[in-house]
Amino acid sequence: MVGLFLTGAVYSAFAPRPAEAATVTADKVDEGKQLFLANCASCHGINAEGRATGFGDNVAGPALAGVGAAAVDFQMGTGRMPMRAPTAQAPRSETIKFSQEQIDAVAAYVASLAPGPAVPSEEMVDPTKGDPAKGGDLYRVNCAMCHNSSGSGGALTRGKYAPTLMGVAPKDIYQAMETGPQSMPVFNDTNISPEGKRDIIAFLTTLDKSESPGGLTLGSLGPVSEGMFAWIFGLGILIGCAVWLGNKAA
Amino acid sequence: MNEHETPASGASGEVATAHDFGRDAVRLDEGHVEGHGGIPERFANPGLPPHIPRGTDLSEAAAKRAEKQVAALFGLSILGTLIFIVAYFAVDIREITYIPGIGDMGRQHVLLGLGMTLALLGIGFGAVHWAKTLMPDEEVIEMRHEMRSSDKDRAAVVQILKDGGEDAQINRRPLIKYTLGGAMGLFAVPLLLPVLGGLGPMPQKSLSLTFWNGGPSGPGEEPTFKPMRLMRDPENTPIKASDVTIGSVFHVLPEGLLDLEHGVLEEKGKAAVLLMRLDPKDIKSQKELDWGHQGIVAYSKICTHVGCPVGLYEQQTHHLLCPCHQSTFDVTDDCKVIFGPAKRALPQLKITVDDAGYLVSEKPFAEAVGPSFWERG
Repeated sequence: MVGLFLTGAVYSAFAPRPAEAATVTADKVDEGKQLFLANCASCHGINAEGRATGFGDNVAGPALAGVGAAAVDFQMGTGRMPMRAPTAQAPRSETIKFSQEQIDAVAAYVASLAPGPAVPSEEMVDPTKGDPAKGGDLYRVNCAMCHNSSGSGGALTRGKYAPTLMGVAPKDIYQAMETGPQSMPVFNDTNISPEGKRDIIAFLTTLDKSESPGGLTLGSLGPVSEGMFAWIFGLGILIGCAVWLGNKAA
Repeated sequence: MNEHETPASGASGEVATAHDFGRDAVRLDEGHVEGHGGIPERFANPGLPPHIPRGTDLSEAAAKRAEKQVAALFGLSILGTLIFIVAYFAVDIREITYIPGIGDMGRQHVLLGLGMTLALLGIGFGAVHWAKTLMPDEEVIEMRHEMRSSDKDRAAVVQILKDGGEDAQINRRPLIKYTLGGAMGLFAVPLLLPVLGGLGPMPQKSLSLTFWNGGPSGPGEEPTFKPMRLMRDPENTPIKASDVTIGSVFHVLPEGLLDLEHGVLEEKGKAAVLLMRLDPKDIKSQKELDWGHQGIVAYSKICTHVGCPVGLYEQQTHHLLCPCHQSTFDVTDDCKVIFGPAKRALPQLKITVDDAGYLVSEKPFAEAVGPSFWERG
């Protein structure tokens, strides 16, 4: 109980600036609530209190008080929410069913429930203002074990995975670190400072833009894809040569 | 093909008939029948199949064509080598070129690879094509001979050795014999020394100690314990307990490790720690709660299987996954192994909070971190 209280107290003390409360109108929150009831409440509950599936301690959707506008903007803006099917993990999707205005409205509603991380400003995620070398240091310690040293993602346990970071908008990278979506841990501002986060974004943007002088990257996934390429093409060519050597000339 | 449809004895001339093996020969799928030795005394040597001459043996025009093909392949090899040399000197390593099907890649790499491929394949394919079309392909039989030399030759060799020894007076002067043996035997030692010496100093206690024991923990070091602050890697700044919110993961090194002049990597390889905060309700192990601080727990990041960094923390399932061999540890239950080849739970670092509110270690690791070793207590 004491622990819970302390955690709550500590969290509210250190929670990033409350979500642009001043600029959000009551109308927007109302609009967001209507959208939430129509699209999200079936899993997250009518008051965003979270719902259990009824099977063991499986959760249909977690409680959303305190996740902040950043979490909503990330999950809906990358097409992960609303989730299409109860799979191991909500995949990123290119077809986003909501306009940015609607997403902002739902974000305003969720942010009105309890203070949480706000959507970062343009300047906070501007890769040109970050230091890619410093970002690389932070990335290799904090991110590379899951997302791979070249940012192309990797496997986790039981069907879950860390997605690729190539082609992801800087704002989404920032919000993912801030809110810790799904399996990802939270990297709050005391763990990696906002400047550090911008450095990481600058590093990833540099990676994204860099060419591959060695030719085919085979997904930059390491020994699995490279080994398969060697087995199929390398061995295939060797077998072809062996067959030709063994044939008699006409 | 269904075996029941196979004729019992072959109708075509290629297949041996039952008659060839005696009247009582039976098929294997017709059950066991007592045989009467229907096998001929001796199988006749079928000899070589008739030699079929190649096109190039019969027509001079075909042979000329083959000659030109071989020469063309060798010429291709020469061209490849020239491409390689030109690419090496004349093409800028920074130039990028678009290759259909591959995408953008370094122009020099493409040309070097292409040149080397043509150079080697041209020689190889040319030689094989030459051998297959123009070199003689008549089948030739060479009988095997006995390898053993004649008794007379063998006796002669022994006699030569004996005479040589006698002439060198090796038996008459044993001093020479024994000193030579000693010199040759002792000479093996300097050959073995760099092999054994190259293994480095004995590890002594260093495998059981980490920087958390109070400082540098290499071979021969005897650190004395003092509480150490948990520092962020790579920023090297201390961590307040209040900084660690639920679901967070911090990558931690002991205070002072990153300030070392040398041996940073060796110490990092043993002392790296993962700091996580869970809801205390989720933690099943009382020892884990007691050794942590309000749900903040610190575990060694070095896998107990072969020592990879176990860094993949899933904050929903509280699984810690090792990327090398998929060992999975349950952070809610004292990091016990729930999947994979690791045999032991990750060691926990007992932590507390100092007067300034920063997380500090209260004790060093209670057991050796990382993979097993012989003397592990």
